[in-house]
Amino acid sequence: MAIGLFGDACHLTSQVLVLALFLLLGACSSSQISSDAIPAASVQVIQNKGSDTIVNLALAWAEAYVKTHPDIRISVTGGGSGTGLAAMINGTVDIANASREMKPEEYAAARANGQNPTEFIVARDAIAIVVHPTNPVNGLTLQQVSEIYTGKITNWRQVGGKDSPIVLLSRESNSGTYTYMLENVIRMGESKSKLLFSPETLLMPSSEGISTEVRHNPHTIGYDGLGYVTTDQKVLGVARDANSPYVQPSAATVNSGAYPISRPLYMYTAQPPSGKVKELMNWILSEGQILVSELGFVPLH
Amino acid sequence: MDGTHCLREFAIETTIRVLGFSTIAFVLLIFFFLLREGMPLFFEVPLDNFLGSGWYPTFTLYGVLPLILGSILVTIISILIALPLGVTTAVFVREVAPAWAREILKPVIEVLAGIPSVVLGFFGMTLLAPFMRETLDLPTGLTAFTGALVLAYMALPTIISVAEDALDAVPKSYRDAALAMGATQWQMIWRVVVPAARSGILIAVMLGMGRAIGETMAVIMITGNAARLPLSLDSLFRPVRTMTATIAAEMGEVANGSTHYHVLFGVGLILFVLTFIINLAAAPAILQKRRGGGLR
Repeated sequence: MAIGLFGDACHLTSQVLVLALFLLLGACSSSQISSDAIPAASVQVIQNKGSDTIVNLALAWAEAYVKTHPDIRISVTGGGSGTGLAAMINGTVDIANASREMKPEEYAAARANGQNPTEFIVARDAIAIVVHPTNPVNGLTLQQVSEIYTGKITNWRQVGGKDSPIVLLSRESNSGTYTYMLENVIRMGESKSKLLFSPETLLMPSSEGISTEVRHNPHTIGYDGLGYVTTDQKVLGVARDANSPYVQPSAATVNSGAYPISRPLYMYTAQPPSGKVKELMNWILSEGQILVSELGFVPLH
Repeated sequence: MDGTHCLREFAIETTIRVLGFSTIAFVLLIFFFLLREGMPLFFEVPLDNFLGSGWYPTFTLYGVLPLILGSILVTIISILIALPLGVTTAVFVREVAPAWAREILKPVIEVLAGIPSVVLGFFGMTLLAPFMRETLDLPTGLTAFTGALVLAYMALPTIISVAEDALDAVPKSYRDAALAMGATQWQMIWRVVVPAARSGILIAVMLGMGRAIGETMAVIMITGNAARLPLSLDSLFRPVRTMTATIAAEMGEVANGSTHYHVLFGVGLILFVLTFIINLAAAPAILQKRRGGGLR
């Protein structure tokens, strides 16, 4: 009798528990539905993601733009060109930032999702070649930079410096800066070239990693976007070939084309933009350009 | 009364059962997920490319050999550093230290285990690496050895705690017998207690190795990440690239479903199998310890 009662009670309580669980789940899902049913507030959120090279610039644009457009919120995240473009193709962001052109396979993936990607050149960036401040070398030719990074030149003495080994620093292979450096400096723009970074190259996970090592280590050579070079690194002049002058990177030399290592920075939208996104893109290409030079990049005009 | 009692029993039993089974399920799921995502690489990448020595994933060179050897080099060196330090510390804490010192040391060692690896990585990058470069006159301080040092430091708390438990489990009768036969404290420790605890110490080493081979953040910041084959004699003092660092650095940017993506999962699979082998190697020792039991 007692056992029977106990069993019944147990059965009952477990049923109650299961019922409570269902109620809880029901409550959860219904609350989700109701929140979805509420129409989006009048504030529109524009999602912007991509290249770490552009992230500070995109943030500055976002901050300035929302001041005059209170009906818009812009969320900016980094992660890399590939990450941003992948997010745009997957439909999770409105604008993707990229420090390289969209690849054909990315175009194909976007089209497969019914998109029609639209490209905007929003600023220009120059890649600076940096060394430790005590390094006596002042300039290198593109050929020399290429030979240093492929491991042909391994001692600073060979390019007019001290007798010390050269330690190569690079960004990670998924960074847009890496690809740009490889194609335009190491392979010097020759598409048939099979040259690669020397296997001795240290791949640093961030711009900060490069600047820390360059600051501390007198043997290093590194490269990074001009906007990320801090004053405690020495920026080398770069010559197109042995007969050209060494040119220091600056807004003037990049726009005039005198500095040989510069590139456009891109923003992509999944469709030709309309409405609020279109207004934002127009603003970036006109008034927004004032901010570009403040962040160490080169404005379009 | 009955009702609340039953309710508690039911809830507790179900929770424990679900949690117990879910751990096994998760390990299996992870393995099958790795397998599913990693297997396509064998159809997409020729084996001589995959087992080659050039890791340039953006240019379809997927040689994982430098990564595997890099991971093994860093792990083995870190254990060679951590093993003597860890075991002697455990012996000191358990056998030699006076009670008050043990009271301080034990919690401090446990706190060491809680230091986030990114903090150690930052410490290694900004202080240890420049120090190594200057004292050893290296081209760069971001080397396999610097990484192994920091990994040894990270494996130490695990090794000390587990080894100390192993020493603790050695029956008192062993010690009494040794002392009764005229052994000094030193002879008792090195000839009786430590050999008796060797299976537990082996487990400590295996767990430490597991920690070292799987560590990512500190390694990515300190070892320089150059995918060179670490075969020359000076490799210990040159940069290396480990499997974990490669996965962490590249997974975020890789196109979903691409060859590079499958190769990274393949690298994860290799890592999984390596850890599995390490654990498997420790299994006989673990079983032996259970059987040994012994009196206190």
